[in-house]
Amino acid sequence: MKRNNYNINSYISTTYVISQRRLTLIASLGVTIGIAIYIFMISLSSGVDRFSTASIFKNTSHIKIYKNEKISAPLIDNDGKNIGVIINPRIVPESDRIVNPLQLIDLLNRQTSVQSVSPQVSANVFYAAGKSQISGHIVSINEEADRMFNIGSTIVEGSMEDMHNTANGIIPGVGVAEKLNARLGDNISITSSRNVTKILKVVGLFSTKNQGTDDTKSYVNMPVAQQLLAEGPDYVSVINVNITDYDKAVSVARHFSFLTGYDAEDWITANESTVASEDMRALLFSAISFSILLVAGFGIYNILNMTIKQKIDEIAILKAMGFQGKDVIRIFVQQGLIIGLIGMLLGVILSSILIFLVSKVYIGGDIGFFPVVFEFSIFAEGLLFGLIITICAGYIPARKAANVDPVAILRK
Amino acid sequence: MPSEPVLQTDKIIKYFHEPVKFKVLDGISIAINRGEFVSLVGKSGSGKSTLLYVLSTMDTDYEGRLKIDGETITGQKQNSLATIRNEKIGFVFQFHYLLPEFTCLKNVMIPALRLGKYSYREIEEKAYHKLEILGMKEQALKLSSKLSGGQQQRVAIARALINDPLIIMGDEPTGNLDSKNTDIVFDIFRQLSQEEKQTILVVTHDNDFAQKSDRIIEMKDGGINMRL
Repeated sequence: MKRNNYNINSYISTTYVISQRRLTLIASLGVTIGIAIYIFMISLSSGVDRFSTASIFKNTSHIKIYKNEKISAPLIDNDGKNIGVIINPRIVPESDRIVNPLQLIDLLNRQTSVQSVSPQVSANVFYAAGKSQISGHIVSINEEADRMFNIGSTIVEGSMEDMHNTANGIIPGVGVAEKLNARLGDNISITSSRNVTKILKVVGLFSTKNQGTDDTKSYVNMPVAQQLLAEGPDYVSVINVNITDYDKAVSVARHFSFLTGYDAEDWITANESTVASEDMRALLFSAISFSILLVAGFGIYNILNMTIKQKIDEIAILKAMGFQGKDVIRIFVQQGLIIGLIGMLLGVILSSILIFLVSKVYIGGDIGFFPVVFEFSIFAEGLLFGLIITICAGYIPARKAANVDPVAILRK
Repeated sequence: MPSEPVLQTDKIIKYFHEPVKFKVLDGISIAINRGEFVSLVGKSGSGKSTLLYVLSTMDTDYEGRLKIDGETITGQKQNSLATIRNEKIGFVFQFHYLLPEFTCLKNVMIPALRLGKYSYREIEEKAYHKLEILGMKEQALKLSSKLSGGQQQRVAIARALINDPLIIMGDEPTGNLDSKNTDIVFDIFRQLSQEEKQTILVVTHDNDFAQKSDRIIEMKDGGINMRL
């Protein structure tokens, strides 16, 4: 029997919105600021998070498989029944070696969750500079490791290509090179803790803009690292594994530890304090921005409450003329929604501008420009929360209006 | 009686609970026919307004039975009562209760738009027609808050007529009007009851107004004094 689609409820609420332009605008601005700050803060926080996770992965693989040092144990169990055995517990020599690493790498490569696997040898060394020595460490490099840690992007002189072609090549950090006064093509001498000395040719320089790393670290080819430790070609100290979803590192690491029989350490455990501070920051940012959004919701609640108080006579007459409770609710929820949508639209524009401005702020160091993300999902989340709060802020006063008893109002 | 009464009550009893329990309506049984012009009179506190609001379906807190157009109203849900009011009853109050932010035309159209029986165009046309009957066509596009009291009341009557209700109920509809405007309103009611066979039920203090109507129901202490 409904022959027209004209929505009288919408018409009434739009008229209310337009006839109270100033109030509408003020409430909308509240929502604008709430939404803008919410989106902006979350974008900042995810940008910073993403940067700090990325910087973890410059040095750490998702999962590190290694053999922990083993302490010698008595041959007879000291369970209290036997005669006590006096022993002198010490680290078992050569216990940090991974047996048959090639087979292990092959096994790991066959796992579906694995993205890349890279064996690594690292050693503490002294760089010889005239009579003085500089302590530091070398890390073996191969194509897999280059890809995993994106070492290529930190090379400032020379190239990875030269490294692969030069068996006794070395890529020192810029700080190391400066201290040794070494340039591209120069030879430098390094001595390991096993007292092996090698002369290596500088084929490149890298700079991570992290002074601690640049002043001590060098990359060498795998055989050089093995020789410096006086080990054979099957010696590997660590197997680095990157997996497809690094958020699942904890459970995958547990699985790998079981699979290989060696210790598997995930990046979250290895960087516990960094990860914890990331979580804390995210929580803090969310709490602050959500409160601001909530305050904006109160703005809408307030204006609707006022409107309803002002218009209680009109609500009564509408009900007398046959408007149902749900019509009244629709009128005022819709009024709230219009205010909220205007605010959200402006909020999206404002937050986009803020994000754009911040992304142009230069921080320096290895950070560069401020790491802020511009992501649709954050905008969608902000708008969703905005919508929920708007609807609630509209619904609560609207329900009150729907319950107005027309007799009490119209009977003077 | 030629046909079933439009409005019929059976022993309606109503109490006020504040400040003390008090019987306002004491077993009211009346029947009003189609096209009748009825005045409801009585002293303040006699219960005439209370009875009107019970009859209007807005007040549901009573005992007894109410029938409108053969349909039992008592016990129906709020939503269906709202629909009945929308379709079958037009209201005119002492105060006009127009929505000040809307034009006269829109004010008149609102109940019809709510009912949704006709298209927007048809409703607009009808609203102009109703305003014309009340001599307000020239003011149709003015904001209702810009009119004089008499004009506002006439727009309010046009609004009550828009859905061609069976019954038009008035609570002191001429209470705020001068004698000239009172006469205009009376003539309109008279015309509606005679020509459109619409039932008019008006609570009034104005004796002249009541005397000119078809029938007077006088209330006294919650009961009825039948006259005429």
